[in-house]
Formats: sequence, C-alpha cells, structure tokens
Amino acid sequence: MNLKSLKEQIIEKTIFLCGVTSVLFVVLIFIFLAKEGFALFKTVHPADFLTGRRWYPISDPPQFGILPLILGSLYVTFGATLISVPIGVASAVYISEIASSRVREVLKSGIELLAAIPSVVLGFIGITTLVPFMRNALNLPTGLTAFSGSLMLAFMAMPTIVSIAEDAITAVPKKYKEAALALGATHWQAIWRVVLRAASSGIVAAIMLGIGRVIGETMAVMMVTGNASRMPTSLFLPVRTLTATVAAEMGETVQGSAHYHALFAIGIVLFVITFIINLIADWAVHRKSK
Amino acid sequence: MPFKIPQHRRILCSLFICVLSLTSCSRKGAGDSKSGGHDSIQIKGSDTMVNLGQAWSEEFMREFPNTFVAVTGGGSGTGIAALIAGTCDIAESSRKMKEKEFAEARQNGIEPVELQVALDGLAVVVNPQNPVERLTIDQLADIFTGKIRNWREVGGEDRPIVLLSREVNSGTHVYFKERVLRHGDDKRKEEFDEGALLMPSSQAIADEIAQNPNTIGYYGMGYSNPTQKLLAIAKDKNSPYHEPTIENVMKGDYYISRPLLMYTNGQPKEIVKKFLDFVLSEEGQKVVRAVDFVPLTK
Repeated sequence: MNLKSLKEQIIEKTIFLCGVTSVLFVVLIFIFLAKEGFALFKTVHPADFLTGRRWYPISDPPQFGILPLILGSLYVTFGATLISVPIGVASAVYISEIASSRVREVLKSGIELLAAIPSVVLGFIGITTLVPFMRNALNLPTGLTAFSGSLMLAFMAMPTIVSIAEDAITAVPKKYKEAALALGATHWQAIWRVVLRAASSGIVAAIMLGIGRVIGETMAVMMVTGNASRMPTSLFLPVRTLTATVAAEMGETVQGSAHYHALFAIGIVLFVITFIINLIADWAVHRKSK
Repeated sequence: MPFKIPQHRRILCSLFICVLSLTSCSRKGAGDSKSGGHDSIQIKGSDTMVNLGQAWSEEFMREFPNTFVAVTGGGSGTGIAALIAGTCDIAESSRKMKEKEFAEARQNGIEPVELQVALDGLAVVVNPQNPVERLTIDQLADIFTGKIRNWREVGGEDRPIVLLSREVNSGTHVYFKERVLRHGDDKRKEEFDEGALLMPSSQAIADEIAQNPNTIGYYGMGYSNPTQKLLAIAKDKNSPYHEPTIENVMKGDYYISRPLLMYTNGQPKEIVKKFLDFVLSEEGQKVVRAVDFVPLTK
C-alpha cells in the first residue's frame, strides 16, 4: 500500500471539507431562516409585513409592519455612510500617497486597533458621553437618536473602509502617477484624477463592505438609537433598526409563535439587504478586470 | 479521477443531513411528567413569575441537591387549572383565584391554600430636576399613549415628554400596559405610543432618566436610587396620592402593584413545605429583589 498517496488523499479530503463547510453553513443558515421566516406569511401578507407602519408584535391582534424598522436601519446606515466614507477614503489617500513611512505605520496600526474595539464598548462609551452631549448641544428631547447610532457605526465602518481602500490605492501601478506628474500635473491632480480613478473599483468595494458592516451591527445601535418603532422623519429622532428588534425580542418569544416567525422574517430581509450590498461590491471589483 | 465526484457528494450529503437533523431537533418542554417521587415539585402558572420561580428553584436545588423543582409558565389561569386537575404541586398566580375556580377545585377534591410570596410594584420615575411630583392614572395613561406630549400639561416645565418603556416581551411592559394604559380592563385596546423608546433593561431606563430631564419611565420598585425621582400616584382625581413604598404596596394603597401568590392543595407538606419555607426565608426574599420584584419584608 502506498502510504504517501494515502496521506495525500487524507490531506486532500480534509482541505476539501474545510472548503465546503463555509458554503454549506451559508446554505443551511438560509434554509433555516427560510423555513422559520416564511411560516409567517401563512398568516400575514408579505406586502403588509414589508409596508405596514405599526410594529406591535404581542398585541391582540398583533401588528407586524416592519417599514419603520427598515427605514430605521436605512437612516442609521445612511448617516454612518455620510460620515465614514469621506473620512475613510481621505485617510486611505493620506496613508498610501502622502504620509511618510513612519507616520503610515503608526496610522495603520491605529486603525487596526480601532477595528479591535468590541461594539458593546463603543455603545457604552456612546451612551455615557455622546448621548448626553448630543441632547445638550443640539437641544434635542433625547440624545438617543439615529444620528448617535450613525456616529458610533461610522467608527466601526472606518477601519474596513480605510484598510481596503488603502490596499486598492497602493495597488495602482506607480507608473500611472509618475506619468501624470511627468505631464505636468500637480500632486493633488495626480491623486484625484489618476490614482483615485484607477482605484475606484476597489474603493467602491471598500465602501460597500463598510456599509455591510454597518447594517448588520446590533449591539451599539441598540444601546444608542432609542428603539422607538415610529416612522423616522429626521436623523435626530429615535429610531429602531431591524437588527436591534431581533436582538431585543428574540430572547423571550414563544417558539413557533407568529412573533417568533416574524423575527426570522426580519432575518430574511436583513439577509437580502446584505446580499445585495455584497453583490454590488463584487460587481465593482470585477468590473475592473474586464 | 472521475470516481471522486460521487464520494464528495456522499460526504456533502451526510454532513448536510447531520447538521439538518441537529437544527430541526425540537426542544421538548419540561413539566409533562407528573410529579412522581417525594423529592420533585411541579410548579406551573403566571408568566410574570416564571423567572422568579426559576430563580427560587435554582437556589433551592443548590441548597438541597437531592431535590428537583420544575417551573413552567403559561399564565396564571393555566397554573390554577393545573392545580385543580392535580397535575402540579404549586400554582403560581399574579391574581387571586376566582370563586368559580374555588368551586371547581372543591368538586375535584382539591382544597387550594393561598400564600403570598412576593409583591410586584412598578415605580413611575422622572429626573430629579423635573418639578412634577405626582400624577393620576388617567394622566399617566394619556402620557404613555401619546395624548399628552408636553410636561406643561401636567403642571411641569415647558419640555417635550420622552417616554421610556421596557421591551414588548418584558412582563413589566405588559403589566404596565394592562394596569395603567388600559386601567386594568382587558377589553380596552390602548397601546404605548409608537414614539416610546423601548429600552433593553431597567438599568438602561434608569441611566437615561438620570441624565435627561425630559424623560418619564417605569421599572420594578427595587430599582430606584437617588438619581431618579419616584412619583406619587393616585387612582383618579378624587383619590389620595400614594408613594411607591413597600409599606404602601403591602397595604394595597399603591395602585400599580399586586401581590404574587402561590396556591397549594391543602396545607403544604414535606418537600413542598420545605420549598415554601425557603421562599419565605430571608434568603428566598433576597432572590425576589434580585429579579426585580418587591420582597415581603425589608
């Protein structure tokens, strides 16, 4: 018997298994979500679920309208994107194009450190410092608002955006920039018109992954957004997000009840949203290679 | 090597089935078995009291390792029905048994004995800077359903009212809704205003109240501390106001409170007596405070 080939075989199989498990888990998670979530639509029409404006899951009769929750998630994500994208891309440009190698090392490790802060810690800092500050500074009824959530989430999305965008910018061939400078462009013109253009697909991917991180975040959001399931009309009012709803209510629902299925249906909605975001990111990356 | 493909499929399939069977494995509720030996107790009833009952049973089983106490919910009515049917040893109830239920029990040869084990009292809380000291239940109901939106309307400063509530699944949320918003009438349909902030814990409510003078919230009486102010409550305009104190709750004067009860068949004996003695002991009452209810003694 050939021991060597047996060993090869075993190693091959093991690696194969590792490779398929992650795909398998995604499929299984989706099957489980679908099985539990779609059960809701036996009693509630999907259109009522998606466009209903009232979320009173344990009232009699219960009302499962998640439009305020979807909008809540979108408001918080929109605010976070507005804050984190300009800052994130700008710091990626600075790190890869302008900073000296010493400054670059310090900044890069600082940003990695930011990524390592657990979200519950950020939420806690937010609730003790940011929330009272926002209320006093802007004279709001309460500091627990969508904007507070956006600020916290911007901190969380920043490391993803900076590090991927920085990779994309660094990957732009040096000769592009050199050629631009040789043609008489200033440093800024070379960065803005040549390097950023060339790296645009990577930067879009960075932004999309950052947004994906933001929309799925739960803990910090639940702590600082106030969780009121009212139709949001302003960034400076309390909102309730999809993720916070699932996290807050899953613990004590009766298994198999309509409320339980509704929470899984929210999971499906979140899954679809992140799927679309990843699809866009993927499309952005592959657009370049054509 | 074409022979490899079916093998891969087999591995995939078996893994698939394995994980699938794991996820679909249904959980079976406890409490199906009837209380058999002398060393096990079946407790059933009030959903409000499930956590309390479980906390007691855990402590009790730690102290007496050869015993087993199973606690299940379902509602006060379910617990009392089970006691009448003889399928539980202790029924937990957040309301008194009705005359009709007593009659049914006697017909079945069951003699329910009532024991008060703890109190459930909710304090209505505002920031100490807020000049409002007291409210009637009608005012409270109007505030929490969103009819009153400014403190000026109830004798306070010109400030918007920010409502703080617990999550919908919390027993506290449900009790406050039934007792205050619906005035204890289960035919009424009032709901919390949708602008109410649903906070993940009593602590989160306490923290927000401590730093924001616009807020009003409620939580178990055991939670209060000097950074919040407790309001005196009157049943209606013509009734006296009462502070949420343990004495007032015990006398039955404070409106947003109720006794938590346990019913047994006849005077408790053996292990059931041992358990109830533990519940009423100093240690048992410490557990009451730990899960946010009001102990019978200080």
